[in-house]
Amino acid sequence: MAISREELFELLTAGFPDGEIKIDDLAGDNNHYAAVIKSSKFNGKNKVQQHQMVYAALKGKMGKELHALALTTEEKK
Amino acid sequence: MTEIHKKIKEIINKNKVVLFMKGTPEMPQCGFSMTVCNILKQLKINFFSVNVLADELVRQGIKEHSNWPTIPQLYINGNFIGGCDIVKEMFENGDLEKTLKQ
Repeated sequence: MAISREELFELLTAGFPDGEIKIDDLAGDNNHYAAVIKSSKFNGKNKVQQHQMVYAALKGKMGKELHALALTTEEKK
Repeated sequence: MTEIHKKIKEIINKNKVVLFMKGTPEMPQCGFSMTVCNILKQLKINFFSVNVLADELVRQGIKEHSNWPTIPQLYINGNFIGGCDIVKEMFENGDLEKTLKQ
């Protein structure tokens, strides 16, 4: 039940090619991360939609392989 | 719609503020659930809480209901508001109090 920082970064980069992505491993256990993602794909979407897009990019791993991901999403104009 | 989805819809529609969480407000079993509880307590909001750890069907059903893979999940006036990060952000910028007053 863990996912490496590299794998997480790859999934997010694939989902948000123009994204500025920052990832912190909060506990050093590959299971609790914080991510800040700035992408134009978020433009005009509400927060729930933005986070749903991130979860979609993680292809079902959220809540399974990945226990915790504190998310901050920002529009990129 | 399956039985569990009907039950979830009923809970969300019957109560103004509903929190699906791990554990109880008195004894949260996860830091994210605790954070949302603390915010609601700080705003002195009465809320109905559902412990998803007590019912695996509810735990799965609520994720399908909102197309949201994690717990906690906050609902106000029948609408899905978000998880811990969104609730925290809305608390800090004042949107949460506005939504609660609607």
